[in-house]
Amino acid sequence: MDGVMTDEADTEALKRTPLYDCHVAADGRMVPFAGYEMPVQFEGVKPEHLWTRAHAGLFDVSHMGPCFLTLKGGPREGDAAHHAIASILEQLVPSDIAALKPGQSRLTVLLAEDGGILDDLIVTRPLAADRQGMLYIVVNGAVKERDFALIEATAGDKAELMRADDRILFALQGPEAEDVLSRHFPECRGLTFMQSQRMFWSDARCLVSRCGYTGEDGFEVLVPAEQGKTLVEVLLEDPRVKPIGLGARDSLRLEAGLCLYGHDLDPSRDPVEADLAWVIQKSRRMRGDFPGADRITKALADGPVEKRVGIRPLERAPAREGTEIHVGGTKVGVVTSGGFGPSVDGPVAMGYVRADLAEPGTAVHLMVRGKERPGEVCALPFTPANYKR
Amino acid sequence: MAVKYTEDHEWISVDGDVGTVGITKYAAEQLGDVVFVETPDSGSTYKKGDDMAVVESVKAASDVYAPVSGEITEGNPALAETPETVNEDPEGTGWFCKIKLSDAGELESLMDEAAYKSFCEGL
Repeated sequence: MDGVMTDEADTEALKRTPLYDCHVAADGRMVPFAGYEMPVQFEGVKPEHLWTRAHAGLFDVSHMGPCFLTLKGGPREGDAAHHAIASILEQLVPSDIAALKPGQSRLTVLLAEDGGILDDLIVTRPLAADRQGMLYIVVNGAVKERDFALIEATAGDKAELMRADDRILFALQGPEAEDVLSRHFPECRGLTFMQSQRMFWSDARCLVSRCGYTGEDGFEVLVPAEQGKTLVEVLLEDPRVKPIGLGARDSLRLEAGLCLYGHDLDPSRDPVEADLAWVIQKSRRMRGDFPGADRITKALADGPVEKRVGIRPLERAPAREGTEIHVGGTKVGVVTSGGFGPSVDGPVAMGYVRADLAEPGTAVHLMVRGKERPGEVCALPFTPANYKR
Repeated sequence: MAVKYTEDHEWISVDGDVGTVGITKYAAEQLGDVVFVETPDSGSTYKKGDDMAVVESVKAASDVYAPVSGEITEGNPALAETPETVNEDPEGTGWFCKIKLSDAGELESLMDEAAYKSFCEGL
């Protein structure tokens, strides 16, 4: 059988996160991912997945692209500074960044000139009154060099981008994440979903955000590498916490209906067909002042040609990425992410179908290895979100 | 009744001219939780090395290759409902199919247990 041995890609050129030794010590199986050697699993995808939904899972996401975009001259006080930095980023994204409240985060998309999606990212306005004129941005690891260059080019001489991907970025996700993390960051209890705050762990300045990529309540913490290693070790000593690899990260986010860039989102898709029109606030729709506004405004008005939907295979066979979706013998779409959902205890998928077939309950056929297998369009997520609102 | 192994981690246990085929314990451990198995249809024929079955873990789908040439006499019906048997007993009740060998000489190119064990240790 194939697929047993690890990927034979050139591991020489791969980078390591500051938590590499920690993963190896925990028997993580290391694979190349987004230019880094990352753990795909520890104990196993299924037990790690179920542990995260029941307790707290710790994910190293230091391969991602955290950065700070700051007005020239540094952060300062006042809404005017926030509006100035927001207007720079808004040249690249269709969300209302200016309207963010202090400490609020928002999902948005980086757009190409034609309205195609170059990346999805989280943008946060600092909470502290003296840190305005600054945005905390986290982009995807695989495209971070391109994203950083694009943001820098757009900022010109008005703002500076400072990379923070030499630090540790980890996520603690699951129903017990708050109880675990609050032993080290008591203030984290005060955050609600998509809120962020600077906090200290002994003398380490950390950025704690209540967000994640699993559908569970949880946090992401940006922390300097040296202190971060100690913090992660301390967290892993808690019996409620286990390290979680990329495999379970993928099955968790798929059940939660969350997109994986490069698979469910790519430059050929615009936010409307990706079912992310909600990231375009009314103010931006009215102004129509973002890249690809013609295409996106038309898709908003007329509806998209294709739409991203959940797909539930009705038999046991998973429908993986690339599986064609057929109706009446004709191809009407394609699966962009698919696998087995341990919490659902069955196969789950998402993909794009012709917009007139996007209604939940629509019967489709999934072409798995040349055989038609029954499936249906379904609403996302597969598992209810447990965010703390 | 000798068991033989392939470098692709299939095993075959031959009794007369019929071999029982499955994936090894090593392969099952590497795959992790098996969630679906597609066994070959009875009567279908394969040449040594052909894609013969598919095993899917939470992570990915992997092809299983025919360790020898021959005709399938039976797929393991239990795997449709309980694919986890492949993890629980990969070299026993988690077998994939039975194949009627068309060339028993092909077995000589496969590894015996000792050779397969040292092959896995070198991985």
